[in-house]
Amino acid sequence: MSPKALDYESLNENVKKVQYAVRGELYLRASELQKEGKKIIFTNVGNPHALGQKPLTFPRQVVALCQAPFLLDDPNVGLFFPADAIAKAKHYLSLTSGGLGAYSDSRGLPGVRKEVAEFIERRDGYPSDPELIFLTDGASKGVMQILNTIIRGAGDGVLVPVPQYPLYSAAISLFGGSLVPYYLEETANWGLDINDLRQSVAEARSKGITVRAMVIINPGNPTGQCLSESNLREILRYCYQENLALLGDEVYQQNIYQDERPFVSARKVLMGMGPPISKEVQLVSFHTVSKGYWGECGQRGGYFEMTNIPPKTVDEIYKVASVSLSPNVPAQIFMGLMVNPPKPGDISYEQFVRESKGIIESLRRRARMMTDGFNSCTNVVCNFTEGAMYSFPQIRLPPKAIEAAKRAGKVPDVFYCLKLLEATGISTVPGSGFGQKEGVFHLRTTILPAEEDMPEIMTSFKKFNDEFMEQYEDHRGYSRM
Amino acid sequence: MAPTVTLDTINPKVLKCEYAVRGEIVTLAQRLQQELQSNPGSHSFDEILYCNIGNPQSLGQQPITFFREVLALCDHPAILDRSETQGLFSADAVERARQILDQIPGRATGAYSHSQGIKGLRDTIAAGIQAHDGFPADPNDIFLTDGASPAVHMMMQLLIRSEEDGIFCPIPQYPLYSASIALHGGTLVPYYLDEETGWGLEISELKKQLEAAKSKGIAVRALVVINPGNPTGQVLAEENQRDIVEFCKKEGLVLLADEVYQENVYVPEKTFHSFKKISRSMGYGEEDLCLVSFQSVSKGYHGECGKRGGYMEVTGFNADIREQIYKMASVNLCSNISGQILASLVMSPPKVGDKSYESYRAEKEGILASLERRAKALENAFNNLEGVSCNKAEGAMYLFPRIYLPQKAIKAAEDANITPDTFYCRRLLNATGIVVVPGAGFGQVTGTWHFRCTILPQEDKIPAVISRLTDFHKGFMDEFRD
Repeated sequence: MSPKALDYESLNENVKKVQYAVRGELYLRASELQKEGKKIIFTNVGNPHALGQKPLTFPRQVVALCQAPFLLDDPNVGLFFPADAIAKAKHYLSLTSGGLGAYSDSRGLPGVRKEVAEFIERRDGYPSDPELIFLTDGASKGVMQILNTIIRGAGDGVLVPVPQYPLYSAAISLFGGSLVPYYLEETANWGLDINDLRQSVAEARSKGITVRAMVIINPGNPTGQCLSESNLREILRYCYQENLALLGDEVYQQNIYQDERPFVSARKVLMGMGPPISKEVQLVSFHTVSKGYWGECGQRGGYFEMTNIPPKTVDEIYKVASVSLSPNVPAQIFMGLMVNPPKPGDISYEQFVRESKGIIESLRRRARMMTDGFNSCTNVVCNFTEGAMYSFPQIRLPPKAIEAAKRAGKVPDVFYCLKLLEATGISTVPGSGFGQKEGVFHLRTTILPAEEDMPEIMTSFKKFNDEFMEQYEDHRGYSRM
Repeated sequence: MAPTVTLDTINPKVLKCEYAVRGEIVTLAQRLQQELQSNPGSHSFDEILYCNIGNPQSLGQQPITFFREVLALCDHPAILDRSETQGLFSADAVERARQILDQIPGRATGAYSHSQGIKGLRDTIAAGIQAHDGFPADPNDIFLTDGASPAVHMMMQLLIRSEEDGIFCPIPQYPLYSASIALHGGTLVPYYLDEETGWGLEISELKKQLEAAKSKGIAVRALVVINPGNPTGQVLAEENQRDIVEFCKKEGLVLLADEVYQENVYVPEKTFHSFKKISRSMGYGEEDLCLVSFQSVSKGYHGECGKRGGYMEVTGFNADIREQIYKMASVNLCSNISGQILASLVMSPPKVGDKSYESYRAEKEGILASLERRAKALENAFNNLEGVSCNKAEGAMYLFPRIYLPQKAIKAAEDANITPDTFYCRRLLNATGIVVVPGAGFGQVTGTWHFRCTILPQEDKIPAVISRLTDFHKGFMDEFRD
């Protein structure tokens, strides 16, 4: 009998090429150990609620009421739910055609998209068109859709920062395109160097690749850096000159931990540059309810906003969205609430602000604690986490450690991270999962463990690291940038 | 400089893919709806009636109370511990919500879960499958997804390497299949259901099409079976199912069993049997057959389309394939938690003796009985139209009548540069506000014309739908009769 269709050899090669380290080897090993009873601290994925962050109260009240609208008719509902939550639930239900259980428009509920457009306008100072905003089951689905629209084959290249969030490399592999890396400069706070960009593009073109688009992640993941306005102008000018579409992953726009470079959206900068650039550069911007201080990862709520995309292309993107019928409606309501939160004077306003501020201020403190903690360790150098949710320390592995890794058949940072896991229960993602310069090693951890647990975690890490370095150090020198 | 992402430069597979359920006719309907809103009385009808899509709650079907109680409590667990909650929610809903939350690490419904879905919920679903089938189900074989559609996409992605890979699809089919095959660059290999025999599936037809595909150099990798059928509504006879299993086993095809309408069966002489149950009862196990079964929270009696809940149960493949499927699922991290919870509720609803059982049962039976009545009423109505014949809807949510269009109508369609069924459907929309999908969107034998109409408008609207449709059809035939 001929080989079965689902035999390994006969699978789609593109699927086999996909890598996604965030839930790869380290995570699987950590899960195994957890099953055996070991206490594991999962810092492998930006998943705040899994590490004890509480959901914001107000949105949960609203969505619960939308799930069970019969509650709205109950005379006692006011005992449980504040009046503004009740009003909001009625408002969002009125935007649906049949409640949470009906497929919405494939782009998402028009009323919610209008609220998103209004949010964008308030944020940036330029009008936004709800017709060009598509809600998706998480930002990742939107990213995949746009990349699938752009990539025709291996001859199409997409510029991706290194290090990057591996959704981009995975999606490009899956769709059979070519990843064109541009290296962020660790010594310059993970800054973007236009000359390096030019070089990457030139190299790709010399190999016959047509570079179609550029991805920026701002604030960065795993690197956390926040782009300045002038940086963004440079990038947009470059995209204009080189005919690249710009994909702006802005899911961490609420997670800013320094005051020198507040978040500014790619769209705002683009509009501010005026014609012809503001009318020509094709931009797709992504946002989510999973990050920020909301952290509602499990809802799978996101959107993308298109700028300067021709109507016929928008139609094609709509067509593909329609095959999946509609994004999930509860998450659309979360999105509406996120862009349209309680205002001063609302009953729930103070609680909302208290909860939000509490989370953001704590994240800022944890970003600092972790950076300082890593920098106090032997052979570890860590840039400050300016934004997002991660710390990405560089681990300078001694040659003996690298040899030991080779003997164990492991990539050096995987080797280190596995040892870290076994010794301390801290589950991280090796830097090789995100991309890094040859011979330079990192790991990514989140800044999400509870603030009261941080000192112990950093102590535990330092103990492991310093002993590891002691064990493998010799005085011939060690890996460096 | 020419912008980079234009129609000429986008992925051609995107251009190739079509999905009529939300295609042209719907865009037209939305325009008419806007016209009605801004200019009431501008048309001979008061409202647009969307009969194009299986979206029950958009047409007034009510959700199952127990399910929504549990979901609301899981969304806002803070109220679980308050004594007053007992007054607002049924006791067993409170109990079930507690149980479910205990299965979620940290009770965090806002956290990404395991990429296959929360383990405890998969246990519940596996137990539910086992209770239905009488054969064991492994929670590790279950992948919870945002509706059944993403699971179908995942399998197409896995199976299709190039245009030389073919996937067997029924004609007529639900166009998710044709769309996803096009999107992933494969080839759709049709097998025609037989309208004369109530949309029967003949193995001889499968064999014939397989040979034809092979001779064109197509490697056929999988067979899609939709049971109960969409748009055709037939429920497969057990013997038929056994023949299909044998065929797939013999030819080494993956059997992709779309079973999302498993709770929608309206005729006493037919029963739904899952393909897993059938193959296990034939003595076939993991070594014999690759089978992927799809289920959804969108259909049945629960009709929770907007929640995007569903799963696939994957059996008969080895560990390294499972790793690849897991890897694909992990890139998207996980499906939405609320949808996962709902999938587990659908597969283990209230039982006899539970506090909510009686009201749950009344709601469920009310909906199913009504669907059955509406299926019958519309079927009769269609069969009473001149030049229309309509097979019974044994299951699912649709009727797929055949219209024998007069030459004059066919010519008028040609002149307008559209297919005759599209011509008919547009005329119907413009005259009555009723939105149906032309048969071309599902596939049909060349030279035959159909349209798909859902059975979902509320029962009290059905007489008006029937009379508007009947009047329109009479007028149409008067205009175009040969």
